[in-house]
Amino acid sequence: MKKLKIFLILFFILNFFSISLAEKNDQLKIKISKNLRCVVCQGQSIYDSQSDFAVSIKLLINNKIDDGLSEAEIYEFLKDKYGEWIIYDTSFNKKTFILWGLPVLLFFLGGAIILKKIVFRRT
Amino acid sequence: MKNKILIILLILFFSFCFFVLFKSLQGSSIYVPEKKQDRQLSEFVSEDLLNKKKITSEEIFQGSDYYVLNIWASWCAPCRKEHPQLMELAKNSSIKLIGLNYKDDPKKAKDFLNKLGNPFSIIITDKTGIISIEFGGYGIPETFLISKDKKIIKTFIGELNDESIKQINSIVK
Repeated sequence: MKKLKIFLILFFILNFFSISLAEKNDQLKIKISKNLRCVVCQGQSIYDSQSDFAVSIKLLINNKIDDGLSEAEIYEFLKDKYGEWIIYDTSFNKKTFILWGLPVLLFFLGGAIILKKIVFRRT
Repeated sequence: MKNKILIILLILFFSFCFFVLFKSLQGSSIYVPEKKQDRQLSEFVSEDLLNKKKITSEEIFQGSDYYVLNIWASWCAPCRKEHPQLMELAKNSSIKLIGLNYKDDPKKAKDFLNKLGNPFSIIITDKTGIISIEFGGYGIPETFLISKDKKIIKTFIGELNDESIKQINSIVK
């Protein structure tokens, strides 16, 4: 009876961990596929698209996660094959500095104009 | 004076926007993957279409100085159109022509080859589309020229034509 109890406790603990791991992996798969651009579709992510290309990429993501690759490693693999363009959330480098820098610049420029107007109105 | 500067700035801004949009209109709307020269191939395992035996990339890419890998399927109309070009390319003894049968019914693929001829030294199958991703492929037909040390030298997106065959032959010689 005692052995059965230990067995049942262990069984439930292991089951709980495997379910939570599977859930975590599923969330990661969704996160990655939402951050990838479907290069053969127009304006769709891999997650949204049902094209042949997107279906294959989704399968590849599953395999890579099952093989133990991290999110960054999967992005790196796909970047090597399809270039930076496949990733929506691009990294900051010499090719993307305008993309990242321009909104910040415009934000400060706008802020400066507004600030100047307020100060000008007060005086 | 201030208004004048503002008007000039606005004109410059709109001219810039017009120039950028006008330039973009002239470009192709079809996305072509970034051409990374001399990209090293990853290793993979596939199945031979004709004898159904497992085959590794190591076994596929051996015994030649150049390899041409063509992604095709019996259901793909442009593949049918480019087939004579592949038959022509098969005559070049410096090239090992490899076929990658993409998401196809093996029976239909064999019928396709029986009807139009088999230009390939070896045909591997890609039932899930994952092997074509290893090559950086995104559609079919697509053709890759690969060097002896398993690096992709050139990619031809879409069906092959006389110009692409000329290009391959000039590189291989």
